[in-house]
Amino acid sequence: MSVEFELNGKTIAYDGPADTPLLWVIRDSAGLTGTKYGCGIAQCGACTVHLDGQARRSCVTPVSMVAGREITTIEGAASPAAKALQDAWVELDVPQCGFCQSGQLMSATALLEWIDNPSDEDIDGAMAGNICRCATYQRIRKAIKLAASRMGEKA
Amino acid sequence: MISRSRLVLLIGAGTLIGAAVAGQTIAAPATSLKGPEAFAAIADPQARSVALFGEMAKVIESPRCLNCHPRTDSPTQGDDMHPHSPPVSRGMGGMSVPGMTCNTCHGESNFTFANGEGSIPGDPAWALAPVEMAWVGKTRGEICRQLKDPKRNGGKTLAQLVEHNAHDHLVGWGWNPGKGRSPAPGTQEQFGALTAAWVANGAHCPD
Repeated sequence: MSVEFELNGKTIAYDGPADTPLLWVIRDSAGLTGTKYGCGIAQCGACTVHLDGQARRSCVTPVSMVAGREITTIEGAASPAAKALQDAWVELDVPQCGFCQSGQLMSATALLEWIDNPSDEDIDGAMAGNICRCATYQRIRKAIKLAASRMGEKA
Repeated sequence: MISRSRLVLLIGAGTLIGAAVAGQTIAAPATSLKGPEAFAAIADPQARSVALFGEMAKVIESPRCLNCHPRTDSPTQGDDMHPHSPPVSRGMGGMSVPGMTCNTCHGESNFTFANGEGSIPGDPAWALAPVEMAWVGKTRGEICRQLKDPKRNGGKTLAQLVEHNAHDHLVGWGWNPGKGRSPAPGTQEQFGALTAAWVANGAHCPD
């Protein structure tokens, strides 16, 4: 079965089983290894990408589900919210080991594209599915707020 | 370190608790349903209708249904109805919160994990039932009266309720729940037939 979809703005044709996890296609077929395999059961958030602009766990997404749709990975995340978050992440030195951070950034970007000035409660809700074994949660929260404030200054 | 006398007391208490548990009769979850014909011998239509609802309730009280009809703002999951992981809340119309909606993880159909050890459930309409449709912790009579009330059943007539139970795709998921979950008892066809018979006999509710 061949599945065509947009990956970071480029058309991809995947020829293989329809139930192949999207994460496998992104990492092994397309060679984009920024998206991480953490648990494989939608429990950790390391594999988060955007499907038509919404956060989606790629480890539990059959590639057939994304036919004709747009996938954005950390390599292609370049919206104003994504850029503001990446800058804040660097400024506050958020990552420790870094393994979960692409997933954290993709979820944070999905949040900021929905709510431009999120409260602590908004952040808790949107980020509850992204686990960090280094417990960088407080820096993640600060970085989301910093990015939101920077975007507010530009608006 | 636990003293010898305290250890004896602890073992004694444990034995008592064990005996209490052993003394209970715990019914196994229903796996099958009787069809409407099994209730034909009940002469009184009201009693027949109530009995039919009792059979329908075996489905309604299944974890497949109760997990997403909670009285709190969070679903449960699994046959043992443990708290949903990751933690999620009702949010926007039962679709959770901005940035992490139900369809961040749940897809359009069930998806077996790559390791083959379980699955994540899915349906195009996957969402938490509105709080006015909460079933957890309610008696069968309370659930029955709630199901008949258009203000608490999504504005459905009884005829529409029959159609919903018989053919709705998300209701049907209860019998096709994916690897690692027990299906609701019986079949959706039986559940629809029971609902139709319950309505035909007056849609009476248990106390």
